[in-house]
Amino acid sequence: MQKIIKSIIVLLFIFVLLVFYNSLNRETNYSTDYLVGNKLANINLKSFDDNKIYTNEDFKKSRYTLINFWASWCAPCRVEHPYLMQLSKEKNLKILGVNFKDKKINASKFLNELGNPYYYMAKDTSGKQSVNFGIYGIPESILINNETIVLKKFVGPLNDQNLNDIKEIINSL
Amino acid sequence: MLSNTGNFLLFINIFLSSLIIYSSLKCLKIKNNLIFKNIYQISLLQSTLVLICFFTLTSAFIVSDFSLITVYQNSHSLKPLFYKISGTWGNHEGSLLLWVIILTIFSFLFLILNKNHPKNYRLYTLIIQNLLILGFLLFIIFNSNPFSSLIPIPKEGLGLNPILQDPALAIHPPLLYIGFVGSSIYFSAAMASMISNYSGSLFAQSIKSWVLISWIFQTLGILVGSIWAYYELGWGGFWFWDPVENASLLPWFAMTALLHSLLVLEKRNTLYFWTIILCLMTFTLSVTGTFLVRSGILNSVHTFANDPSRGIYILIFLSLMIFASIYFLFSKYKPTNDLINSNSKETFVLINNWFMMFYLITVLLGTLYPIFTDAISNNKISVGPPFYNSVIIPVVIVFLFFMAIGPQAKWIKNKFSNLKSILLILVGAIIINFAIVYFLKSYSLISNLILISSLFLIMSSIFDFFKKSRLSFPRIISHLSFGFLILFIGLNHNFSVEKDFNLKLGEAKKIDDYEFALLDLKLSQENNYKAVVGKLEVNNSNTMKRRILYPEIRIYDSPQTLTYEASIQTNFLGDHYLTMSNIDRSEYYNIKFQHKPLMIWIWISVLLLSFGGFLSLFKNAKNN
Repeated sequence: MQKIIKSIIVLLFIFVLLVFYNSLNRETNYSTDYLVGNKLANINLKSFDDNKIYTNEDFKKSRYTLINFWASWCAPCRVEHPYLMQLSKEKNLKILGVNFKDKKINASKFLNELGNPYYYMAKDTSGKQSVNFGIYGIPESILINNETIVLKKFVGPLNDQNLNDIKEIINSL
Repeated sequence: MLSNTGNFLLFINIFLSSLIIYSSLKCLKIKNNLIFKNIYQISLLQSTLVLICFFTLTSAFIVSDFSLITVYQNSHSLKPLFYKISGTWGNHEGSLLLWVIILTIFSFLFLILNKNHPKNYRLYTLIIQNLLILGFLLFIIFNSNPFSSLIPIPKEGLGLNPILQDPALAIHPPLLYIGFVGSSIYFSAAMASMISNYSGSLFAQSIKSWVLISWIFQTLGILVGSIWAYYELGWGGFWFWDPVENASLLPWFAMTALLHSLLVLEKRNTLYFWTIILCLMTFTLSVTGTFLVRSGILNSVHTFANDPSRGIYILIFLSLMIFASIYFLFSKYKPTNDLINSNSKETFVLINNWFMMFYLITVLLGTLYPIFTDAISNNKISVGPPFYNSVIIPVVIVFLFFMAIGPQAKWIKNKFSNLKSILLILVGAIIINFAIVYFLKSYSLISNLILISSLFLIMSSIFDFFKKSRLSFPRIISHLSFGFLILFIGLNHNFSVEKDFNLKLGEAKKIDDYEFALLDLKLSQENNYKAVVGKLEVNNSNTMKRRILYPEIRIYDSPQTLTYEASIQTNFLGDHYLTMSNIDRSEYYNIKFQHKPLMIWIWISVLLLSFGGFLSLFKNAKNN
């Protein structure tokens, strides 16, 4: 009996130390990469203009949807905007813009000035809905298919490389 | 130049540690009770050289010698002298040097102050302590050398993180280190005790003072850290169950348990192995805490620049310590028949130990659980105050009752002859509590119980004070102040007022009993930062009191950082706490106002708690 207890104690310590060792090489910053490949369940976003609510059903219609989180006060959003404008011309893709912690009047001004790439427009005034998408800073974009499965995540403003990646995915058959 | 001196001294110290181990082993072979004179001399030399080594680093900080990477990364020529000095231990490398100082000085003092204990026990303690010193010296030299030089020499340093430029924080690390590095000496002594078969009450006597010293400093260190968080971090709380705070609390629980179990070992010669386990556990938890913080596994204000190799080293060190402890414990362990009467002081002390283990395990689980889930299932979770509050608070109530009754029990066999007075005190506590509820404010059931139990402990301790001999004075002070601590935390929690709103210059706002007005904003230029200082008027329509508070937004240059300085008005009744933060692209400022009653008494209670430890140390020194 004593031997068993002793072995259990030793094994327990080995286990703890191994977990410590394993944790050493981990990225300690919060990462949402695990979302890729998962299904976004229970999407529930308020429309920007009216009282409509966007749910998973809405995204079944188009083959791919890019969910872009943006705000008028966010400088990098301006930088990525031309890329969104380019993507808005793609046939297989619709873009959902989620206006994040923003004022409606400023957001409208922003779109009037730079163009509106969004097919759907939603708002998240409190920033709470975006948490469900694993968003911790904007801009961020999530590419999903018609089953709302996350294909790719883009943290930070989109760039040339991202643009090509997106085009490659949506035009591959 | 300073770099060479420092490196040279580090190498000399490695040599001296090895020499001490070698001489001690040689001395062990001779069968008499005398320790070679040269061992004392080398130990003294070792302590002196470590101190000189540390002062070398301090002077590098004072003269801003940026040829040392550590100085370059953590100092700045324009920094006030006080913070240049405290910068020595405000970084990973320098703080490790502080570790070695404490390890060495404790080792030397233990050697010379325990002359009436057997030679073998003292020598083994010295050997194990020097193995620890060697381990840390090697760590410093190969991984975290504060004397690494930099070429070309930069003209200016990067500066010390401004939130660390604070008097409380300047003394926080040394206090805490004396606490948890100090526990190394009874780790070594416990190992030596098993190896040399020196057990029982004499062993307890030899380590009692050391446990007390580390406990006192650990308590003070935690207190100062908590005061700093309250003033500097601007959150208005004093304990956040942050993993790093928890890391300092874990050894504290083990030390407190140890302090109590030592009483039993000293008086009744039982619980030897349990005491040994606590000795080993305390230092192991200290090193575990250091590992978690320094390796960057836990993210917090204490995480210095991340470097996984550092973590690997501490982990190897920790593993060696743990497995050596387990090996000796298992090979020496003999099941003993500790016959303890269930109604005796021994049992009550054991109950204290159970509670401490319960707290320890709760906090340990809460701290490690997120690391485990992340490593095993990739799930990021965080364990926060709700967990700790709901698990710990109800148990504290029972704990306080035992804490009040326990000390009155007698050794060996106890009879409760004072049942009447206990009941009387309990009734008194209940009446006071309901008086507070009736006249001031009602609160939840659990708060009622917390207040009753803490009042019960306070009143029992006061009652004891008039009844007992002066001998139990230190214990009464500590138990009394712990009762006060919980009472004030309870009252503070239940009577705090918090208001959160936005205000622009010239605007006034009325919320409940308070009226706030932002009268003025001033820009001021200080030595190492610029500040926006707000002038806020707070009127309380209830008490008709008018106060002016000056919160600040500070902009530090080196490194460029923004900090929010709370404006706090403290008096004996409570604190008025106000922070102001700017809102992006808006003329409004976010104002957070809090009235925290009896805040200062929480600090005073902890101070008194450690004072009780100090009295006990004094008493112990006098007795021996």
